[in-house]
Amino acid sequence: MEGFLHQILSGLATGGIYAAIALSLVMIYQATHHINFAQGEMAMFSTYLAWMMIDAGLPYWVAFAGTVALSFVLGVLIERIVIRPVEHAPVLSVVIVFIALLVILNSLAGWIFSYTIKTFPSPFTWQGSQNGYLSPHELGTIGVTLIVLTALFLFFRFTSLGLAMRAAAQNPVSSRLAGIRVGWMLALGWGLAAAIGAIAGMMIAPVVYLDPNMMAGVMLYAFAAALLGGIDNPFGAVVGGFVVGVVENLAGAYVVGTELKLTVALVLIIGVLLFRPTGLFGRRYVTRV
Amino acid sequence: MTAPLLEVESLDAGYGPSDVLHGVSFTVGEGGITTVLGANGAGKTTLLRAVCGLIRRRGRVRFGGTAIESKATEDIVRLGLAHVPDGRGTFVQLSAEENLRVGAITRRDRRGVAADMERMYGYFPRLRERRHQQAGTLSGGEQQMLAIARALMLRPRLLVLDEPSFGLAPLIVRDIFAIMRTVNREERVGILLVEQNAKLALELADTAYLLETGRVVTGGPAAQLRDDETIRRAYLGY
Repeated sequence: MEGFLHQILSGLATGGIYAAIALSLVMIYQATHHINFAQGEMAMFSTYLAWMMIDAGLPYWVAFAGTVALSFVLGVLIERIVIRPVEHAPVLSVVIVFIALLVILNSLAGWIFSYTIKTFPSPFTWQGSQNGYLSPHELGTIGVTLIVLTALFLFFRFTSLGLAMRAAAQNPVSSRLAGIRVGWMLALGWGLAAAIGAIAGMMIAPVVYLDPNMMAGVMLYAFAAALLGGIDNPFGAVVGGFVVGVVENLAGAYVVGTELKLTVALVLIIGVLLFRPTGLFGRRYVTRV
Repeated sequence: MTAPLLEVESLDAGYGPSDVLHGVSFTVGEGGITTVLGANGAGKTTLLRAVCGLIRRRGRVRFGGTAIESKATEDIVRLGLAHVPDGRGTFVQLSAEENLRVGAITRRDRRGVAADMERMYGYFPRLRERRHQQAGTLSGGEQQMLAIARALMLRPRLLVLDEPSFGLAPLIVRDIFAIMRTVNREERVGILLVEQNAKLALELADTAYLLETGRVVTGGPAAQLRDDETIRRAYLGY
């Protein structure tokens, strides 16, 4: 029984990371109706930036804040320089651009930082609460995830800028007619998604280690999470993330074993697409015409 | 008449390679109400879109003395021009109140915004009842009220309305027109109105223009168009 509980709790810890990445996928999807396949590689690249700063001797949390800020700027720049020109292009062109971005970031990281696997420090190293259920890092990850999710919720719910971003995602023409600079809102969305990805990358890196391919598996789980929750629903993405984290852990421990764990994500994706394409919370909005 | 609030001179505009409007000229006086009438497909909606910079256009457009023909929509709006688009442009997933907040998003005076929101609920008591409801679930009439209220939240100098009576019950249309009159009189908001319902529009407006296949065929004081039987029979159908 204790082992079972442990599996669930540590599932929640990785689930938080899936939730964060799924959320950044959903944010971009809502605004542009595109899935950013390069989201994981962006997060990986950010984590390398953090590693560089820590390696240069910066304290962890300074490097953490610096990475988040820098990732935000890079996200905005990617939108402005790479995505903006294909704004009105057919969906396949956009997908190709995303895949190109994925490959470029992956190779760039390999070229600059080499493909050798590196360790990445966890800031949560206190020894006090060894309760046997959760490692300090898992506990810290859950805490960080919850802080990020709460901050995002408050931002979108209660600030003018958050409202403007939601409006721009829903109805670009009406937003322009209200004076909202829709293009900048999209760029801002990319910045936010990149920043969230950076945090997720720094939280998962101590577990999966740092290498250019570190996000491949994580991305699959995040896709599954976003689809399970409903690709257009931020709340669903978060719930989906935690559910996928727990299911993955339990299946790995009791059903298919660790080697086949990744298949769980694929089965989930196919299952959702076959039986419930809107996901668990993919609301259907009632509209009068 | 004082200097016009909006002055459009030989405006060509359209979608893709072909023009819909050909050399259209008209004005809206400071605090005045101008209506543009015409049959389906005459180019009324296109005209409004061109003024707001939503589509490709060529010609001269001056708003409050500023040339706006090459400005972006967002910047034109920030000068005080609020456009209620056809189809109302509701943010269907936001609540009614959030829709109003979006209308005032360029404003920095929090207190003024709060006061204006109360004022809108005064004009449209139905919206107060539904303030927390998802806007997509409001009825057509309520959404039209919401769209006008959203536009007024900008504190515009000019309110541009695209067929506010479309698809609404006569009683609701009467309410909406009454509020437009109030807003125009009490707040000196200029109105540019495009309507299919020529009778109603001519009663409200001081100036009227008649648009046919992208060209202005006649224009002048609204009363004059109202009383000209040949025009009424030929173009307005009543």
